[in-house]
Amino acid sequence: METIIFYMLAASIVIFSVLTVTTRLILRAAVYLLFTLLFTAAIYLMLNYQFLAAVQLTVYAGGIVILIVFSVLLTSHINDRLELESSGRRIAAGMVSLVGIILTTATIANANFAPVKTDALTMNTKAIGNALMSYGDNGYILPFEVISILLLAAMIGAIVIAKKR
Amino acid sequence: MLADIPVEHYSYVALFVFFAGIYGFFTRKNMIAMLISIELILNAINLQFVAFNKYLYPDLMEGMIFSLFIIGVAAAEAAVAIAIIINVYRRLKTINIEKVNSMKY
Repeated sequence: METIIFYMLAASIVIFSVLTVTTRLILRAAVYLLFTLLFTAAIYLMLNYQFLAAVQLTVYAGGIVILIVFSVLLTSHINDRLELESSGRRIAAGMVSLVGIILTTATIANANFAPVKTDALTMNTKAIGNALMSYGDNGYILPFEVISILLLAAMIGAIVIAKKR
Repeated sequence: MLADIPVEHYSYVALFVFFAGIYGFFTRKNMIAMLISIELILNAINLQFVAFNKYLYPDLMEGMIFSLFIIGVAAAEAAVAIAIIINVYRRLKTINIEKVNSMKY
């Protein structure tokens, strides 16, 4: 059952991500992106990463997609069709992607990953919070502080850039 | 659970999303559509990190923490990018990447 659900989710992710980059209506591209992110969150849930799925839903699906939809509505008409790149460039980009997919697929198929069957770590929110705030061997206090400064800088930067002069 | 799904299949899904994002980034001219493609790429990387974390190193949480940080960086990047896009639109009345070249020369 879970296997069937996984492959359905995987197929939906692939289909919606391709639709995201091929649709001519930009609002639809944003909605297809939302579907891709939602199904990815579903896969995180299947893998037992509940906190990550919640963060994915709130930050990506709730925050970034809403921001993108707002900016789409501010900058273009709903019925505007995105102009197409010249067919030569589209073919070139398609070839780059296709060659990349083929090369990477061949590499992954020959990689021989060895999945480990040990008891999975309990990924509850308490353990994540302890890991983020600890100074010890498995602590992430430095990247945590760095990303807090990054977010502050991004917030100030966004305000300074977007405010009316 | 999920024992009969090999880790490679997660990689293939992430791969398709990643190269769909690459294709979109190369072919789109609208700046917001390019931003959407970048979000696809980052999402594919997250999926890859999480799958490797779960299958290859289930006793660690590095992959998941990395995904959390990538989501945070993606949020910051989207906020700044959209501020820039709206400012460009206010000045130039277009967000077509080929017409936004007044800083080029």
